[in-house]
Amino acid sequence: MESTITEKILAAHCGKKIVEPGEFIEPKVDISLLNDVTAPLAIKEFEKTKDGKVFDKNKIVLVMDHFTPNKDILSAEHVKLVREFSKKQKVKHYYEGGNAGVEHALLPEKGIVCPGDVVVGADSHTCTYGALGAFATGVGSTDIAAAMVTGKVWFKVPNSIKFVLTGKLNKWVSGKDIILYIIGLIGVDGALYSSMEFDGPVCKKLTMADRFTIANMAVEAGGKNGIFTPDEITEKYVSKRAQRRYKFYKSDKNCRYLKIIEVDCSKISLQVATPFLPSNTKAVVDIKRTYINQVVIGSCTNGRIEDLRIAAAIIKKGKKVNPNVRTLIIPATPKVYSEALEEGLLKIFVDAGAIVSAPTCGPCLGGHMGILASGEKCVSTTNRNFVGRMGHVESQLFLANPAVAAASAIKGYITIPDEI
Amino acid sequence: MSDIILRGRVHKYGSNVNTDEIIPARWLNTTDPVILAQHCMEDIDKDFIENVKPKDIIVAENNFGCGSSREHAPLAIKAAGISAIIANSFARIFFRNAINIGLPILESPEAVKAIKNGDIVEINLNKGIINNTVTHKIYQSHSFPEFMQKIIKTGGLLEYIKK
Repeated sequence: MESTITEKILAAHCGKKIVEPGEFIEPKVDISLLNDVTAPLAIKEFEKTKDGKVFDKNKIVLVMDHFTPNKDILSAEHVKLVREFSKKQKVKHYYEGGNAGVEHALLPEKGIVCPGDVVVGADSHTCTYGALGAFATGVGSTDIAAAMVTGKVWFKVPNSIKFVLTGKLNKWVSGKDIILYIIGLIGVDGALYSSMEFDGPVCKKLTMADRFTIANMAVEAGGKNGIFTPDEITEKYVSKRAQRRYKFYKSDKNCRYLKIIEVDCSKISLQVATPFLPSNTKAVVDIKRTYINQVVIGSCTNGRIEDLRIAAAIIKKGKKVNPNVRTLIIPATPKVYSEALEEGLLKIFVDAGAIVSAPTCGPCLGGHMGILASGEKCVSTTNRNFVGRMGHVESQLFLANPAVAAASAIKGYITIPDEI
Repeated sequence: MSDIILRGRVHKYGSNVNTDEIIPARWLNTTDPVILAQHCMEDIDKDFIENVKPKDIIVAENNFGCGSSREHAPLAIKAAGISAIIANSFARIFFRNAINIGLPILESPEAVKAIKNGDIVEINLNKGIINNTVTHKIYQSHSFPEFMQKIIKTGGLLEYIKK
């Protein structure tokens, strides 16, 4: 029988030839991920088990990135709890302080997650690793507690929806615009429980950074995972990073899809998701003049070096961000930070009046480092614009790509880079 | 084992109630269900905590619990006293989190359409039958696979694994 890439990866991890959509399975997991918000609950659950040993200390990853550098005493206590757990269990991959970065940027960069893997994380944006051709999905803390005991997790095999990306990308249009456009097209539950498989001629040319951004936001359409077929671009990225052997899978020609949706990327202009859902997408040029108080460029969606290069190309030397706009630049990992420093990007940002922060998820989830007051508006390269997501319930969040965010920071209202 | 019957007053919501609304991230620096419950739904319905009574039931439209993977969301709802959630559909991580912590959830678009805020509803969890005691209308929800029912009955995934 013909299978999709997702079905093939899942089957291989259950020791089966094929799995079918709707079937309940218990695949072996290559990597289980927790962060400082979700780990304490998982550890609490894990400690209910008798022998109290993790099944494999090399397959668990703990990244302290959400409320770090610790924003308050309670958060510091959480990180301490996780640190002590990692020491007791001799967990190989524990990241804190200057070693920590935003988890979904950090794990691929370090080659901890690889093509062909099954990865589960107690973080909804775990689906990011689908960009590598892995099956990766978000689950809960209790799921990871169970996976730390058994090395497995329960799943229903998803149906797959194929998105065939055709056409040519317009100037400044990036992975972020493609995924915002798709979410706008199908809605926040348009791919509920399904696998979103990205294919077509445009995909073959997308950089890894763009693929990560697209796979990252599959969850915003309700998707179980987002996945790309690995190719030479993937190979180039992983060959120098992978800590383990990896395997490329691809869908068979005649496999079954729930739907096949063709997306003509030539029609996609720069996108913005207006409050309060990621599906409220519009062309930036079509929205009325919206003055803003803050810009955030960072996160697991758009905090990579490529994103900072785009922002710096717009802000350039000598330009200033608008005095009414707090502009936060958050390199997603220490490596991104270091590269941005070497390339002179951070100097451009700081000289322009922006704030450069340590790697953290911080403001994306309204944790810290850039919380909004009532009535404030923010353009952010992050992934969610729900009510109160970045602060006060009466604040408003507009999601966009780094070029739009940088241009808006300079102008003081939401605009396109060609206005600069 | 005799059938599990849940009976409570309905708190009704629309579509896409997300986990940031159920429990905002500003309270995620704790895992204490009692504290989480004190802030449950506060960004979507600030009166919820005042109004909710033990055994009450949440009824919502599409994609309940979308957004983050935070298990604090179903934990907050459970600790606030809610005995079950009925919705047209659930976001997938919320769905598994609810089952894994033993919070009963049911899908029934017919029931959601007809049930009003404040109605008293009775649920037979084993049979998936929803009874609106105000209108005396009965709705049948889809039954979950046996292993999910067992997880809910034993009180959560870890308890289930231990057995």
